[in-house]
Amino acid sequence: MRKRVVSMWFPRLPSDRVLRARAQVAANDNRPFVLTRHEKNTDRIYCLNRAAEAQGLHRGMGVSDARAYCPDLQSQPADPRADARFLQMLARWSKRYCPWVGLDGADGVMLNIAGSAHLFGGEAAMLDDMRHRLARGGLNVRIAAADTRGAAWALTRYGRSAQDDIRTLPVAALRLEAKTDTALQRLGLRKISDLLDLPRATIARRFGPDVLLRLDQAMGAQDEVITPLGEAQHYGARITLPEPIGLAADVMAGTERLLRRLCDKLKEQDMGARRLQLTLRRVDQGAQQVELRLAAPMRDAARILPLFERGVSAVDAGFGIDQLRLEATQVEPLLPVQITTTTAARPDGLDDLITRLGNRIGLENVQRFLPADSHIPERSFQIAPAAYSTAQGAWSRHRPRPLKLFPPEPIAGTGARPPARFRWRRMALTTGRSTGPERIAPEWWLPDEAWRSGVRDYWHVETREGRRLWLFYTPQSPAWFVHGEFA
Amino acid sequence: MATFESHFPPMPSRTHEACGPSAHVFAYAFAGQVSRAKGNSVLWVREAWNSVQLNPLGFETYLDPQQLLVAQAPSHIDVLASAEEALRSGRVALVVMELSQSVGLTEGRRLQLAAQQGGSMGLCILPEGMGSNAAQTRWRCTPVFDPQEQADSTLQKWEIIKNKSGTLREWHVKWDAQTRRINVVSTTAQR
Repeated sequence: MRKRVVSMWFPRLPSDRVLRARAQVAANDNRPFVLTRHEKNTDRIYCLNRAAEAQGLHRGMGVSDARAYCPDLQSQPADPRADARFLQMLARWSKRYCPWVGLDGADGVMLNIAGSAHLFGGEAAMLDDMRHRLARGGLNVRIAAADTRGAAWALTRYGRSAQDDIRTLPVAALRLEAKTDTALQRLGLRKISDLLDLPRATIARRFGPDVLLRLDQAMGAQDEVITPLGEAQHYGARITLPEPIGLAADVMAGTERLLRRLCDKLKEQDMGARRLQLTLRRVDQGAQQVELRLAAPMRDAARILPLFERGVSAVDAGFGIDQLRLEATQVEPLLPVQITTTTAARPDGLDDLITRLGNRIGLENVQRFLPADSHIPERSFQIAPAAYSTAQGAWSRHRPRPLKLFPPEPIAGTGARPPARFRWRRMALTTGRSTGPERIAPEWWLPDEAWRSGVRDYWHVETREGRRLWLFYTPQSPAWFVHGEFA
Repeated sequence: MATFESHFPPMPSRTHEACGPSAHVFAYAFAGQVSRAKGNSVLWVREAWNSVQLNPLGFETYLDPQQLLVAQAPSHIDVLASAEEALRSGRVALVVMELSQSVGLTEGRRLQLAAQQGGSMGLCILPEGMGSNAAQTRWRCTPVFDPQEQADSTLQKWEIIKNKSGTLREWHVKWDAQTRRINVVSTTAQR
């Protein structure tokens, strides 16, 4: 099917966005308004409305100059990110006309309407409908349809009417760099038709392949794709109630309905929720949120529901809740797993328990040990959040290690053999038997403040009082420390 | 005559207490035994400020580190609340609570009820003299120097200093790393 491209250009997108959000300002408000941006140490105009332009202001002008021209100027700082989001929103809205919609720079949308124009009563009627709806939304827009993307772009930016012939447009309509454009102008090539009359080889030799590429794209000799927007999956469900509710049991019943719908959606996509957010809107427009972080991706409504109980019971219902919204704010792929005789069934109940504990004390604070390859006692294991790791590892030790490790506590002692008597934690201890030394050298490739004192000679000291301690001696800066305690 | 085997591991579906310098050994030996028997994990709840680090290479002989989950709770109340939740769920074989303050009678009783409901066991590690009256048993564990042996030893004295359904006893015990069990040593033998 022949391609037919519609280009929408929003020449004043940032200021239109801000002005339409000001509910009290009517669309036909004629006061000058500018958006400013701080660049090169001064505030400059980023975007402005028609009234401001009529006063002689232009983009890039200093804001203080602009105020001198026009004392009743209203201004506001620009927010390019919000503009980008707004353009995304417009592109999504444009899918009502055709499924193939892509972004075009920071202020345009491209639609491939091939095969869908007749649904709106023909191309002209469709474009009129677009113009009408966007104008009602308070947006300045120029819309044109053409056979190629380049031509549609040129017509919106440079065409006097949508039916213009592209050949009569200036060369700048070819999406060229400013430098190339100026060079072409200097040669007297003002219109695209002038460029078409020249032999191709001379253009390529003088300006490189870029000009020809753009020319071919505009004329249709070279294809140019419109990258359609990805379909962002939204995992959410909501329910609006005719009468406000306030009992925890009622809220849970509503949540159950939402969860079932959400879990069906997750199941279709082979996804599991990792973080859920339940928003309860009250009749006084206040909103209460219950967040649930799960220890493992899940999509089983019956298992998730009881986990919400604690959060829901803490909600203040006020005069009643009339809308419930449930959203999976973080999802992970959760593929069906083949159950075999060799794979141990993962104890599901434990994940639920980790979730419950995690929602009370923080999911990162429920931890497990993972083995690590190091001789340094503190680094011979890793601590990982249990929700994001699986139990693994072969734990083996070659030499006895203490049950408890604490930051080294200095004791009085001299010489390379353990002291016969020492005081530790206000206890007088006598060495009964000592085993050692075991020399552990610092890992020079990992800087560690605690190991600055050099190698350590570890001794397993059994005291006559019973306590069995792990002492070390640092020969390079002689001192004794207690590092841990055995059974 | 009640032997050591009838007292250890202590009564199921209850919470117990341990104190003394070797309370950790008691906890690990207890955890290892019930974890192997039930095939379940063990949850160790402690206060986050506690700078004493549990060392998996140290307790590996008592309990498989894969079976241990550690919960770092921000406060004393959160330790108790998390432990109660875990006990009630019954998903773990044992919940060890490492506490620095005494447990009130109400809290102790709530833990006891949660353990009964969930069918799991609880163990509070407490400083000496801070136990709760609601605990089923309280054990005091102290290491003992063993002059006989040449290699490093694990001899210690385990005493029951509170028992709701039995008499107070004491044993000298030793860990046998080969068979992974606690062996009772007769007091005369070690003289």
